[in-house]
Amino acid sequence: MTESAPPADSGRPRVARLFRLQWEEAQQAHVLLFPEGMVKLNASAGQILLRCDGMKSTAQIVTDLESAFATSGLAADVEAFLKLATDKGWVEWVVR
Amino acid sequence: MSAVPGELTPITPPLWLVAELTYTCPLHCPFCSNPLDFAAQTNELSTADWIRVLREARALGAVQLGFSGGEPLTRKDLEELVTEAHALGYYTNLITSGAGLNEVRIRRLKEAGLDHIQLSFQDSTREVNDFLSSTRTFDLKRRVAALIKDHGFPMVMNCVIHRLNIDHVDRIIDLAVEIGAEYLELANTQYYGWALLNRDHLIPSRAQLERAEAVVAARRADLDNRLRILFVVPDYFEGRPKRCMNGWGTTILCVSPDGTALPCQAARMLPNLEFPSVRTSSVRDIWYESRAFNRFRGEAWMPEPCRSCPERTKDLGGCRCQAYLLTGDMGATDPVCDKSPQHGIVLAAIAKGDKVPERALLFRSPENSRVTIEATRPRQS
Repeated sequence: MTESAPPADSGRPRVARLFRLQWEEAQQAHVLLFPEGMVKLNASAGQILLRCDGMKSTAQIVTDLESAFATSGLAADVEAFLKLATDKGWVEWVVR
Repeated sequence: MSAVPGELTPITPPLWLVAELTYTCPLHCPFCSNPLDFAAQTNELSTADWIRVLREARALGAVQLGFSGGEPLTRKDLEELVTEAHALGYYTNLITSGAGLNEVRIRRLKEAGLDHIQLSFQDSTREVNDFLSSTRTFDLKRRVAALIKDHGFPMVMNCVIHRLNIDHVDRIIDLAVEIGAEYLELANTQYYGWALLNRDHLIPSRAQLERAEAVVAARRADLDNRLRILFVVPDYFEGRPKRCMNGWGTTILCVSPDGTALPCQAARMLPNLEFPSVRTSSVRDIWYESRAFNRFRGEAWMPEPCRSCPERTKDLGGCRCQAYLLTGDMGATDPVCDKSPQHGIVLAAIAKGDKVPERALLFRSPENSRVTIEATRPRQS
């Protein structure tokens, strides 16, 4: 990795082992697939999870989204979603 | 939505394909969801037929795929079908008893791209497991569970729950933890097919059910998220019907071993619906155009008390198969609903939950299947 290191306490989120993220044309949505189940994601949840690759920190995900959608002030929303996604087990954290 | 007869209801795509590859199974569970006359269905789809079904359903939007049966491992082409399904982008689930799953086949299934394995146990004890399945499979299932974990598959442990094992729920949860399952489905028996025949043996008492619910609640709190437990209260005891299959023809497409397409595995015995076959129709025509799949979509078909009930959009009138099996009318309100004029049928069944059954338990076997075919023949003319 070439980016500067994130704050030591942050960790890097990734889609958890039990889940698979993919785009579904018929639903016009990203979905999370898991044993005998599926969660249909709204557009922003899909965009956040797409960036949860275990490499980017939360701050980097926020920057990436703000640049991709030419906006600012997304940090609170991203953090709130990542908390929910962690509680639901969709996301796990890589700590290095 | 209003309930104007003839009003068009938008048809949603099938998201879930249940591929019942075969009715062949080495186990003989008396609550099996296969039709009573399974022994008469010997004309299984070919590999090429299944591959066409997988492609057509995927093109419509199906993304969850369950390989089920019978025991799907008895099909020698399972690995080939998983390979195709994986390439198409399905999330592939193997629903198995464990019989036939050895080191060679699990390795091939991993290479084929299988995503998940659901392994059934009939109980936490060898005695009840082996009695109910009429096979010595308890130790085999434990070895298969280890194999599943060794190969890195997520695992759902499934146990059908009824009077003979509901008091073991605590031990069944222990077993799930021990074998490293990520999810445990405590699947309360639904009374269709073989389970309906054997209902007097299987239906628990209300006291048993309440004890089991309390155990599950306590264990869930202790386990945090290490094991997720699904325990759905059986609809007989709820006073309200379930939204069966998420609604007829809304989400789930089942294809049975001979190619008959169904909105649910149990629906095959419903009269005069002429379920279409994937041998003669495309999956698109079946899902969107066939009379059978359109028959119970929306609300226009609903009788009273459903038609004017504020809860009709929630439960969609309940299960058509249950309505037919219990009242003889597939268009009736599901009698598990306490608003149904025929709810007394369900109350009478529940009242047998602490009585000694009058008839012997009937195991699911080809011999017993042929007996039931003979028994129903005159009425089918």
